[in-house]
Amino acid sequence: MLATTSMIAAIVVTATAGDILTASAMRQVGDLDAIRQRSGIPGAAWAVVTNGRFGLGIICLALSFFSLLFAFSHRDLSLIGPAATSLTFVTNAVAAKLFLRENVDRRRWMAAVFVCVGVALLAF
Amino acid sequence: MTFRRYVVLGVITLTASCGDTFLSRGMKAMGPVSLGDPGALIHAIFSPWVAAGIVLLIGFFASYLTALSWADLTYVLPASSLGYVIMTLLAKFWLGEHVSTMRWLGVVFITAGVGFVTRGPSYTDHSGPAEAAAIEAGTPEAGAAERAAEEVRR
Repeated sequence: MLATTSMIAAIVVTATAGDILTASAMRQVGDLDAIRQRSGIPGAAWAVVTNGRFGLGIICLALSFFSLLFAFSHRDLSLIGPAATSLTFVTNAVAAKLFLRENVDRRRWMAAVFVCVGVALLAF
Repeated sequence: MTFRRYVVLGVITLTASCGDTFLSRGMKAMGPVSLGDPGALIHAIFSPWVAAGIVLLIGFFASYLTALSWADLTYVLPASSLGYVIMTLLAKFWLGEHVSTMRWLGVVFITAGVGFVTRGPSYTDHSGPAEAAAIEAGTPEAGAAERAAEEVRR
């Protein structure tokens, strides 16, 4: 039980860190549509890949992917997949409020919880 | 939110769900792959369904990053989760999988969640608690703050 919880926690923590770092990087980069109009697609791609937070975010997302693969090799897909994905919706909402200072109002909490429950139900 | 931005959210939803379904179909056609045989995974990349799935998932990541450059993470994630609904519909009607009542209930919950978040603003101002409170309360100042933030981002 503890091992399963640890595996799910590792996936959720690394996925949340990856999402928050990527979102923070995109906020630093600015509106990609505007950059693409000025510098074209190569300019927009360059602005993204040269951002430090984006690189860290990708590393965290890669760690999350390998944690997921590791968990799949020990536990069932039907348990790990929905549990990790649905919990990530809630942890992302908490982390976005804390680290990105997003205004997570009642409507967004409801959305995160509804999607979290919905994704968990998809396992049945 | 402009029409073009709703299109980007639609592209995220479609490319994620179709990309995963294509990968699933391609890998099922290949049969079980052992971790001790990485060459089989390389071979899988060049099969038509898996290759198409990878192209779609690259498109997904590009549109996801684009959306994050003008919308909050807590807006983009639930708004694009409609992909799970599309994936369930594709599993049922294209791959011929059985979808239980609980899974249909899950689809209803996700659709409701998407409905909640897309009725609100896509980007909230993070500069100060007063503006944040105004946005949360839905006062006229909130609209002004959001428009100002939108202008700054343009």
